[in-house]
Amino acid sequence: MNVVVCVKQIPDPADPGALDPTTKTLKRDGKLILDESDSYGVEMALQLVTAAGGGEVTLVSMAPNGEVSGLRTALAMGAAKAILVSDDALAGTDALGTAKVLAKAIARVEGADLVLTATESSDGYTGTVPEQIAGLLDLPSVTFAKQIEINGSTLKVQRQTEDGFDDVECPMPALVSVTAGVVEPRYPSFKGIMAAKSKPVDTLTVADLGLEGQVGWAGAGQQIVAIEEAPAREAGEVIEDDGTAFEKIVAYLDNLKVL
Amino acid sequence: MSLSKIWVLAEASDGKVATTTLEILTKVRELAGTVEAIYAGGDADAIASQLGEYGVSKVYTTGDLAGALPGVPVANAIAALVQGGNVPDAIVAATSYVGRDIAGRLSAKLDRTVITNNVDLEVDGDKLVTTEPVFGGSTNVKTTFTAAGPHLVLVRPKSFAPESAGGAAAAVETIAVPDSGKSGGAVITNRHVEEREGPSLDEAAIVVSGGRGLGEATSYVMVEDLAKLLAAAPGASRAIVDAGWVPYSYQVGQTGKVVKPTVYIAAGISGATQHMVGMKGSKNIIAINKDAEAPIFSVSDLGIVGDVHKILPQLIEALKAR
Repeated sequence: MNVVVCVKQIPDPADPGALDPTTKTLKRDGKLILDESDSYGVEMALQLVTAAGGGEVTLVSMAPNGEVSGLRTALAMGAAKAILVSDDALAGTDALGTAKVLAKAIARVEGADLVLTATESSDGYTGTVPEQIAGLLDLPSVTFAKQIEINGSTLKVQRQTEDGFDDVECPMPALVSVTAGVVEPRYPSFKGIMAAKSKPVDTLTVADLGLEGQVGWAGAGQQIVAIEEAPAREAGEVIEDDGTAFEKIVAYLDNLKVL
Repeated sequence: MSLSKIWVLAEASDGKVATTTLEILTKVRELAGTVEAIYAGGDADAIASQLGEYGVSKVYTTGDLAGALPGVPVANAIAALVQGGNVPDAIVAATSYVGRDIAGRLSAKLDRTVITNNVDLEVDGDKLVTTEPVFGGSTNVKTTFTAAGPHLVLVRPKSFAPESAGGAAAAVETIAVPDSGKSGGAVITNRHVEEREGPSLDEAAIVVSGGRGLGEATSYVMVEDLAKLLAAAPGASRAIVDAGWVPYSYQVGQTGKVVKPTVYIAAGISGATQHMVGMKGSKNIIAINKDAEAPIFSVSDLGIVGDVHKILPQLIEALKAR
């Protein structure tokens, strides 16, 4: 059982985000970390490989400046190796361009039975890349999975819906996007962290993937025309609870006539 | 100037068109001369009059998909129409499970980008301009398409107020679903509906949500008790859904439900971007959090810096006594 997991390295969500005033895209020049949403896919992949009794987990990522710190975190959790696509020519790439890069990188992994992704990243949250990758690779797919079981060459997936979940069956190889919270991501052990330092990270360029001119600003099918401050919501009264704040809430609700 | 034709991906259940679809139709009929719908389901005839009432002249239907997940077959059916020369300026869907799946597949199939999470659409000259909120809604990014159409757009729920235009029933045309081959192999074998009490998050006048500040899963019962007393819908932040305290269907935020109730009560929620996007359109916001610096206080009308474990029981007792 060989599983490829797409992971994104993003600016720390604890830092306030900013747009680059010139390029009008999200600034990603600081230190990047593993997107927490992706840690669930990594954990799921490790568990599936263990349950299958063999195989390995390969990470695939696209990031500026040869960034590997997030990949090292996932390697320390137990992934065997990683492919990183990093190239100045990727600046300005849209969601479809990202999917093209990841699909080409995934296609280089031999014998992959399953591709796992998060449902969306925590920084750009476009939420379409998993299906775009599946479309480009012509793979069947199940999105929003909260549980995955393998039965021979068939996946049995519990897929989140608006009001519950569906049982879905899907032949492999396939792509599955997993919701956060499906599993409890493990903390890397000290041994894992040390081992991760020597695990192979294959770094590729846009030219290596044969995607020159299809990604980056040139390939993006969209252009930002304006960035505007949204009408701010006025902050109201903020009080310290002195043991009677609940009365304030009751009075507030009373005033709105909703009680 | 306006666009000539827009297709809207219609969603429906039990013969009723989804509110999100009606919201989108209300907006796009201002933007294009012709609005048509695409519908995957066996009951297009049942929804044709409601679609017509909201401005749809024709609904293309794939018919029943026999349990297949809709992403692949519906995208293939739409792509076949487009490749056959029936090319709308834009295809608009809701940011829903179905909408995202179909738009993603269609994007790969037609080699067109998708712009997601939009809260507004406008036409500037002959260009479609979309508005997407970022950083928890503090900033709006306006984007236009540089490549040829059809432009693919996903719109967040509750972005527009649905209004009938009083049109006649839409014509129904069945379209072919090309063989999806192995990529269409995902099939639904069983459906599970999670029962929940009280009003739904979408429709409740009051929503009471809990977050990590509750400390542990068992404390969520306070949120449920308060919700029950207020005839409110209980909700949750992503943090406690991820932690498994409550089902995903409770989640308010970017990846969950967008709510705009009369009153939103956030208990032990700090106000991550992810959460704020889903609730800051509420008319009145009450926040209780022990951290005075929590971002949730920047959008609340009444903010209480304090311990939810003290304040919620007091509030519940006070309401019970009334």
